[in-house]
This record gives sequence, structure tokens and C-alpha cells, in this order.
Amino acid sequence: MIAPAGATLPGPGAPASAAHREWERFTPRQRLMRFAVYLLAVAAFVQSVRSVNVIPEFLQDAPEQVVDLFARMWPVDWRYYPTTVHAVLVETLHIATLGTILALVLATPVGLMAATNITRWPALRLAAKFILVSSRSVNSLVWALLFVAVFGPGALAGTLAIAFRSVGFVGKLLAEALEEAHKGPVEALTATGAPWTSIILKAYWPQVQPSFWSIALFRWDINIRESAVLGLVGAGGIGTALDDALNLLYWDQVAMTLLAIFAVVIAAEVVVTFIRSRII
Amino acid sequence: MTAAAPGTRPDRRHPFPANWLARAGWIALALYTVYAASLFQLTWARFVEGLENGRHFVARMFPPLFGKWDLLWTGMTESLEIAVISTVLGVALALPVGLLAARNLMPSWISWPARWLIALCRSFHPVIVAILFVKAVGFGALAGIMALVVASIGFIAKLFAEAIEEISLKQVEAVRATGAGFLNVLIMAVQPQVLARFIGFATYQLDSNLRNSTMVGIVGGGGIGATLFTAFQRFDYDYVLTILIAIITLIMIGEVLSGWIRRTFQ
Amino acid sequence: MAAAAAANGGAAGDRPDRSLVLRNLSKEYVHGKPVLRGVSVRFAPSGVTAIIGPSGTGKSTLIRCVNRLVEPTGGEILFLGQDLARLRGAALRAARRRIGMVFQEYNLVERLSAIENVLCGRLGYVAPWRAWLRKFPHEDVDMAFDLLEAVGLADRARQRADALSGGQRQRIGIARALMQRPDLLLADEPTSSLDPKTSVEIMELMSDLCGRHGIPVIVNIHNVELAKRFAQRMIGMSQGEVVFDGGPAELRDEHLKQIYGGEAWL
Repeated sequence: MIAPAGATLPGPGAPASAAHREWERFTPRQRLMRFAVYLLAVAAFVQSVRSVNVIPEFLQDAPEQVVDLFARMWPVDWRYYPTTVHAVLVETLHIATLGTILALVLATPVGLMAATNITRWPALRLAAKFILVSSRSVNSLVWALLFVAVFGPGALAGTLAIAFRSVGFVGKLLAEALEEAHKGPVEALTATGAPWTSIILKAYWPQVQPSFWSIALFRWDINIRESAVLGLVGAGGIGTALDDALNLLYWDQVAMTLLAIFAVVIAAEVVVTFIRSRII
Repeated sequence: MTAAAPGTRPDRRHPFPANWLARAGWIALALYTVYAASLFQLTWARFVEGLENGRHFVARMFPPLFGKWDLLWTGMTESLEIAVISTVLGVALALPVGLLAARNLMPSWISWPARWLIALCRSFHPVIVAILFVKAVGFGALAGIMALVVASIGFIAKLFAEAIEEISLKQVEAVRATGAGFLNVLIMAVQPQVLARFIGFATYQLDSNLRNSTMVGIVGGGGIGATLFTAFQRFDYDYVLTILIAIITLIMIGEVLSGWIRRTFQ
Repeated sequence: MAAAAAANGGAAGDRPDRSLVLRNLSKEYVHGKPVLRGVSVRFAPSGVTAIIGPSGTGKSTLIRCVNRLVEPTGGEILFLGQDLARLRGAALRAARRRIGMVFQEYNLVERLSAIENVLCGRLGYVAPWRAWLRKFPHEDVDMAFDLLEAVGLADRARQRADALSGGQRQRIGIARALMQRPDLLLADEPTSSLDPKTSVEIMELMSDLCGRHGIPVIVNIHNVELAKRFAQRMIGMSQGEVVFDGGPAELRDEHLKQIYGGEAWL
């Protein structure tokens, strides 16, 4: 930066400005807000501890009980796997994968509708946001309950539950990715007289593609975990094996099921990390 | 500009080299979808029947029940309490665990077990963990809190460890270059980077715990989940709708609150 | 001008009149603060016209109003027998096809190859599914390769756009615009992001290629020397109005002072 002729850098010899200016990291208002948050957090915690319904004796016993539980899980019943667990484990994977695919298909139009730079009518955007928020706010277990009531117990209910829960997640992230896309190429293709569909396909999609697959993988990973519980309410998957073993108090079989879930979740993470580093 | 006759310019014949990997990927995806759908016996008749059922179902849910407020209130407050307590405790416990798992600070014989512990905590859906704790310590909020503490540790410790591993050395260097002492370095260079992210994680986990605390009741972990499940089993679908509306409202309030907290600490 | 048009092959009658006429064009982004104040210009049907003036004076707005990337607040834009300011929907798209545009930031789709970017110029003419599957007609593909040769990038046809330098990207931009077989080329500060040598190359390329096919060029530029070198006509704007309209030789210091204000920079 070249100073214009006649200017001097502020220094010890230069005349001091009228008032001694202070620098503070946060404005008073910011400090008040930060304090309010701390206060709120502490108050909420204290109030919750006071009013929550926990019997002190149970709390004292808890560590011992937990250790006892894990002791009963050893040795693991390995034979439970080939007989029961394997089949439902595979079913869980199908539920998670098919559910994610269905969610991607459903979420794409909704995500497009929710993006401020693509949809020009606020009413449509609002409707899309509403769909996305509702989808996210209803837990996958509750979706499963709903679909079991409608379609009957089984993997179909589970798949739909996973799909409907994931639409909110995928749609929101997709809309954000679309809003972050560079507007330049979009402008250029608009200037060539391209129809709206072509602009989406040739200007937005190439930019959003890596994010899309990244979101898909991310959600698939989460869905594997979610699919494992759906069986508890009758929507198929490994949850059914877990439920059976728990009801009969066969802790060694419970352990086997838990191990199977753990192994699959870790395997899925490895796959996802691999795909991310190589392809995306 | 005249068009060249086809075949005269070999380098022009393939303007778009075929991406066989991508093509194989799409075909595999399509085949898989068809295969998996067939496994689930998705027939048209079943689908139509389902839609009929769905219509009846939705009809029975409307209008939502305006009553049983006490039951709703106790359930929701308990869920809220579970969420708050488990977030605070979970975050508190996650910090040391995350610190132990940071590979740039700890030797591998400490960081590896810590990382496996975190993986264990993350692999199971909170509801599963809740079931186990219910069997161990009995029905009620305690099991729910313990389950969500485990879930919180799994999430926060992992992110905390990653944040530590990623601390930008550049900003630390810049502050060091001004001649600042270690504590000042910590406050001016390390903490700002880490604190904002940390608040982000904590608020995300609060939202997550809020959602899950409404569910752990289904398996006995306290909160509104039990009321919801009972209503389902008794076919009180209009009450189910009331409860769902309450849950969604609570979650949305939670999201707004989280957003406000994040902005305050930006 | 008519002689030049005839020399470019074809009688002057079988090509439509490529004169762009602006009548009283005005634009206000904020009510009460017009950026364009009733601009009326008749552009030549061939050759390069440069619009010069300080930043914020409405040069870019003027250019973008022509193909409606910016919506004019009032006035008429007459081209090829139509008022572009009144068109909507399919008619607007059809009109845009006839006008090519080159941008300051090149505006290529980074992840696509050079040839695919050039072919995007035909998007106004091919169906979306064809564009998606890259099934462009043979003549288009050949023309795309020809254009890449004309701009000197035939050997980089299959390289991704983000692997190219700024000058190379702008050449692709020019090729893409020419791919439309336009009746007019608009250029919004095409050289502002390029070094001096490349700027000259780009201006030469545009003026050359367009001159050969009788396509009028309207360039928005802030390098006055560059403008004088390549334009046959200069339009100086100041505060949303045209204050100079004439050949490069007629542009004197007092005109520049009027356009840009201030003396120190001359």
C-alpha cells in the first residue's frame, strides 16, 4: 500500500487522536449474550437434575448392575449367528440401502424446490421446507410404527421408514449445496437460451455432484445404524433377532447380535471412508 | 465452417471418453434396486392395499386429541430433562475421552483403546443402548440418561479428537511469532478455533439428544416415548398425533435455540 | 458497413439486419437511483463497439439488459425485428439463442471438459435429455471441434476446464458463444481478469472471428487503450448516460475527462 503524498504512518511522534480508543474482544451486548447462554445452560441442568425422576438407590447400584449385565453376555453364543442373525443382518443392509436410494429419489425434487436460487415462488419453497422439517423431526422409529400400522410388519415398513426419515436430511443438505453453487456458469447457460431443465443438468449438477454422493454415503452410514433398531417395533431387520433374544433373556445371544451390529457398522464406515478418499 | 465428413478425423470420434467406472456403478445400482425390491415382495396389490390402510389410518389421526394434558406434560418434561442432563454429562465426559484419543497428543497405546471406545459408543443406536441399560438398572429416566450419555460421548469425543488433530498450526505460529507466552497462545490462537466448533458440536448433540429422548421411552427409558407407544398399542391414533405434534414442536424450538447459541458464539 | 457485409459472403439481403437499437433504456436497482438513464443508441450491424466508462456507471448493466440477465425498468431493446424487453418464456429463450455472451470470469462449468463446455453453447437448440446423455448432433460436435481449432485449443478438447489457464478458459468461452451461431456477441469485461498480453490475444481473437462472420461485437471494457486498438466505434458512459459516441481517433483527453473525471490518471 503506497501512502498518498503527505500522509504519515501513526507512530510515537504523530499527534494522538482525540479519544483513547479501546479494543475489546466482544461488544458488551455480545458478552451479555454469552453470559446468558452459560446461565441458561447451568439453570437448565440444575433444574433438570432436581426434578428428574431418578431413584438414588438405583443410581448407586447402576455401575454394579451394568458390570453384571456385561458379565452375563460372556461367553458369546456364536452359533446364534448362522442360524438367525445372518439372515436378518442381510435384511438390515437391504433396508438401509434401499431406503437410502428411495430417499435420494424423493429428496432430489424437494431439495430443488427448497433452494432459494432455483425456485422463485416463496410458497413452493416454504412447502418444501415444511416437508423437509417434518421428515427430520419424526424419528425413524416413529415412522416405522406408522408404516407397520399401514403396511403390516416386515421389511417394507422398515424401508419406507428409513426413506421417509432420510428425505429431510438429504433434502436439506442438497438444498444447501445447490445454494452454494457458483452462479457464473448458471448465468452463462441462461444466456445461451437453454431451458430450465438443461441449466439444472449442465450447470448445477456437475457442481453439486460430489456433494450429492457425499451426502448419500453419509446418510447410508447413519441408516445402517437406524435400520438395526427398526425390528424392535416389527419393521424387519436385525432388531427382531435382538428383541427375541432380549425377551428370552439369552444374554449370550444378545451379545452375538450386538457384535454383529458392531461389525457391520465398522465395516460400513471403512467402506465409506475408502470411497470418499478415492472417488470423491 | 463446413462439417467434416464422418470418419475422416479419428481424433474427433469420441468427444466424451466413456467413464466405465461410473457406468458400471449406475448399472449396479439399478440392478440392486430391482433385486432388493423383489426381496421385499413389493407387489402392486400390496401397495394399493397399503394406501387404503394409510387413508384410514390418517383419517383416524385427525383431529388430534385435545386432552390428557397432564400425561403429555409429564412425559415431555421428562424427555427434556433427560436430554439436558445427558448432554451436559455427555459433553463433560467426552472431553477427556476425546483428548485421550487425539493421536497428535497421545501415544498409540492410549489413543487406540480410546478410539475403539468411541467407536463402540457410536455404533449402536441409542435405543439399543437404552434397552440394555433398562435391563441393567431398571425402567425410568436413569436408563435413558445413561444411554444418551453414551451416544453423546461417541459423537462429541470423536469430533473433539479430530478438532485437536486438526489444530491449525499456522495460527498458533502466528501468535507465537508475536512473542506471546504459552497461555496466551492457547487463548488467542487455539481456543477461538476450537470453541466455536465445540459449541457447534454441543448444540448438534443437544438436538440429537432431544430427538432421541423422545424415543427411549418406547423401550422403557423414560420420557414421552412410553406414552406414545402405549397410545399406538391402544389404537388411540388421535392422541398419537397430539404427541407427535408436541414432539415436533419441541424439536423445532430446540433447533431455533441451538441456532441462537451458535450465533452468539460465532 | 454495407460493403463489409457484402464482402463477408452472401448479399446483404439474405442476412437479417444485425443492428441492435436501444431506445430510452433505463434501469433502477433502487428506486430513485437510476443506473441507466434513458440510453438510446443504434449499434452497427458489424464490427466492434467498445463501451468505456468508470466502474458503477452502468456499462455492465447495459450489456446485461440486452439479453435480459438484468431486467430493464423501462425502454425498448430492438433486435431482429423484436423488442427484447417484452419477451418472456420460450420467445425469450429463442431470442437469447441468437445472442452470444462472453464473461469476465469466463463462467465455464469447471468439472466439464473443454469440448463439453463449448457444446453447451447449443443448449438452446437441443433437448435436455440429449444434453444430459451428451448425444449432440454430428454437425454440432464437428463445429465444436472446428471452433476449438479456431481458438487454438484443439489439443485440449478433452481436458477439464479447471485445468486450463485464464486465457485458455476465455477462449473456450468465446468458442461457446460462437457455437450458438449468434447474430450478436456481447462481452462483459472479457479481459479484466487477464494479463496484458493475453488481453490483447483475446481481443484479437474475438474481433477476428466475429469479423470473419459479420457478427457485431459489443464489448464492455475499462482499458481505454485496448478499446481504441480494436474497436471501430467507442461509446463513453458516465453516470448512466452516453457522453461520447464516435470513432477511436475522435476520442480526446477532454472526452476522457468528461467520462472518467479527475486528471491525475491521464
